[in-house]
Amino acid sequence: MTGNAAAAWGARLADVDYMPAFPITPQTEIVETLGHWREAGEIQTHVVMMESEHSAVAAAGAAALTGVRVFTATSSQGLLYAMEMLYTVAGWRAPFVLVNVSRGIAAPITLEPDHQDVLAARDSGFLQIHCGSVQEILDSILLAHRWSEHPTVRLPAIVNLDGFHLSFTREPVEVPDSAAVSRFLPPFDAGEASFRASKPVSRAVAVLGGAPYSYFRYQMHRASEAALAVHETIAVEFQRMCGRHWGLIDVYRAEDAEVVFFLVGSFATKAREAVDHLRAAGIAAGLVRPRILRPYPREAIRQALAGKRAVAVLDQNVSMGQGGILHSELAAALYGWSEAPKVLASFIGGLGGRDVTLEEFGEMARETLRAADEGSESPRRLLYTAQELREVRKLQGIAIAEREDISKEQM
Amino acid sequence: MSEARFRRMNDLPSTHLLGGGTAMCAGCGGLQAIQEIYDVLGPRTIFVNAAGCMTLLSIYPFTPFRGSWLYTAMACAPAGSQGVRDALDILLRKGRIGPEEDLAVVTLAGDGASYGMGLSATSAAIDRGLDFLYICYDNEGYGNTGQQTSAATPFAAATATNDPPSGNPQAKKDLFAIWVANRPTYVATAIAAEPLDLARKVEKASAMKGPRLLLILAPCPTGWGFEPGDLVEIGRLAVSTGVFPLKEWEAGATIHTKIRRPRVPVEEYLKRQGRFQHLFTPRRQEPVLSKIQRQVDEYWSRGE
Repeated sequence: MTGNAAAAWGARLADVDYMPAFPITPQTEIVETLGHWREAGEIQTHVVMMESEHSAVAAAGAAALTGVRVFTATSSQGLLYAMEMLYTVAGWRAPFVLVNVSRGIAAPITLEPDHQDVLAARDSGFLQIHCGSVQEILDSILLAHRWSEHPTVRLPAIVNLDGFHLSFTREPVEVPDSAAVSRFLPPFDAGEASFRASKPVSRAVAVLGGAPYSYFRYQMHRASEAALAVHETIAVEFQRMCGRHWGLIDVYRAEDAEVVFFLVGSFATKAREAVDHLRAAGIAAGLVRPRILRPYPREAIRQALAGKRAVAVLDQNVSMGQGGILHSELAAALYGWSEAPKVLASFIGGLGGRDVTLEEFGEMARETLRAADEGSESPRRLLYTAQELREVRKLQGIAIAEREDISKEQM
Repeated sequence: MSEARFRRMNDLPSTHLLGGGTAMCAGCGGLQAIQEIYDVLGPRTIFVNAAGCMTLLSIYPFTPFRGSWLYTAMACAPAGSQGVRDALDILLRKGRIGPEEDLAVVTLAGDGASYGMGLSATSAAIDRGLDFLYICYDNEGYGNTGQQTSAATPFAAATATNDPPSGNPQAKKDLFAIWVANRPTYVATAIAAEPLDLARKVEKASAMKGPRLLLILAPCPTGWGFEPGDLVEIGRLAVSTGVFPLKEWEAGATIHTKIRRPRVPVEEYLKRQGRFQHLFTPRRQEPVLSKIQRQVDEYWSRGE
């Protein structure tokens, strides 16, 4: 099935009560699929079409606080349009799952994938799971509901999948048995603070002064940090249910690697292939892919990178004027640590659907190792080929010629 | 219950549900109205609030409400209301709560949210037939931030962003008509200074299902420039001059619930407020005053 179908199946198996939704490419198929199942009576989810993502997230958070299991999905501009409410509902400590099918952000407008959208939500308080395969999408949605609703955590969760590369790509998927899922994920227990006539409660009230404000913000931060250990427990239970283990990070042939690729999302598939090629050519390469980006799995990442010579970070995002977000976060996690890799190279690529080829992975590894050999500064590169530049120059040429033609006609 | 519950002033509740000691300004017409509304609605309610003056009703760890409260954001209180209503309906349908745990969902928003930023979410909630009561406390400007011009600010009023001698060049937007065009269940205007009329409308609205609006004119001492003690008098003048028609719409028909004959000249309302002082001093702006009077007269000449 496709990544979008797997996301819909995740919500179906999680037996979600409520889905406020709004369409946006490349996510639309997810809410459509759930809508069709609802119409056919195959699921009991109440589906409501909202007028914006801002409202969809508001309704999702409010419903979660009232005590039902909630799922929604969006992409790109939609996630940004909802941004105020992402921060707000995380502050409400409203547990629910939002699938983001990641897509580049305007301007220029594009439908194709990168991670600029989901990383814009990085600091909102949402937990973040980044999927590398279609199976992982379905499984992660089940894990995310359980994780988000856990009494220690009580934070909403984003499950991210790459537009096109995962949303529209078919892979074989094992669908867990629904009876087993309902044992793993029993009905949502919202606890005491739901809205009930017998138990009036005020939520999200104003605070005066920095002391109460800081207290509640620190509580969120602590809850997010504590979610790391909770995830490990849940992952073990999930493995017991269906045999698959999803850790905080995914490690491929990194144990004895000299150079390690570090990235999130579906390019991991390509990175694995590159690792195999490089190893066949005598270069000890490996891959570390964080699955969980919030909370940041610092210790797990350190363990996987301890004593490695060099790391090549691939960022499908740009923090304008600063660089790759994964790169700077990894640098912060490793700084001052005696076992930190000496070279931490930054490569930005895969923006707006741009491919990162096997050759480029190879070149990234070689350049990163070269810096380690020579003791030179860590490379910082924007991936772009001479061919691509030629293509864009051609487009620019057409644009200029057309404009000149039109202005001549108007004269 | 029927609207006959409130026939005379003596029928109005004599004890009040809403707690005191809130951070609202003295003489707040919005708070006065909410107090009167809450007495009729009662505590089996959840107020879903949009950013505005009333955000400061609930400041941790205090609340004046005996029922529930959820603060959302400026643009999406109707969407928050949708989430709560839908979740309660799901829980009721699946038998996870009994009917005794149900709540009436009330959206609370100022004119800034109601006329502007939240209008899309409001319109969509009406489209979906959401079962909710929407209370707009209209103080005719962005009151919480110091009375900047909003779409609800009347023509010629001086605000923090439109100085005298001209004041606001725009006309006040007709939110009542916008709601009516969206075909909800019930739309009414009301004001705290006319408590019997207000109580009847709240009682009527709360017995109905679907989208319902109470558009409350909320005279604002700080924003409009009058003494807090004059709140009721300003409110009565808004009605007796015909500036603020008390009316209700249901099933395709608008009815005026209080008609004053003859109407008091609009000047009497305007000259009591700082925001209109430039129409009288240093010199009388006769063309502006007669334009305002003419607009009121034209409204009423279209049929009572």
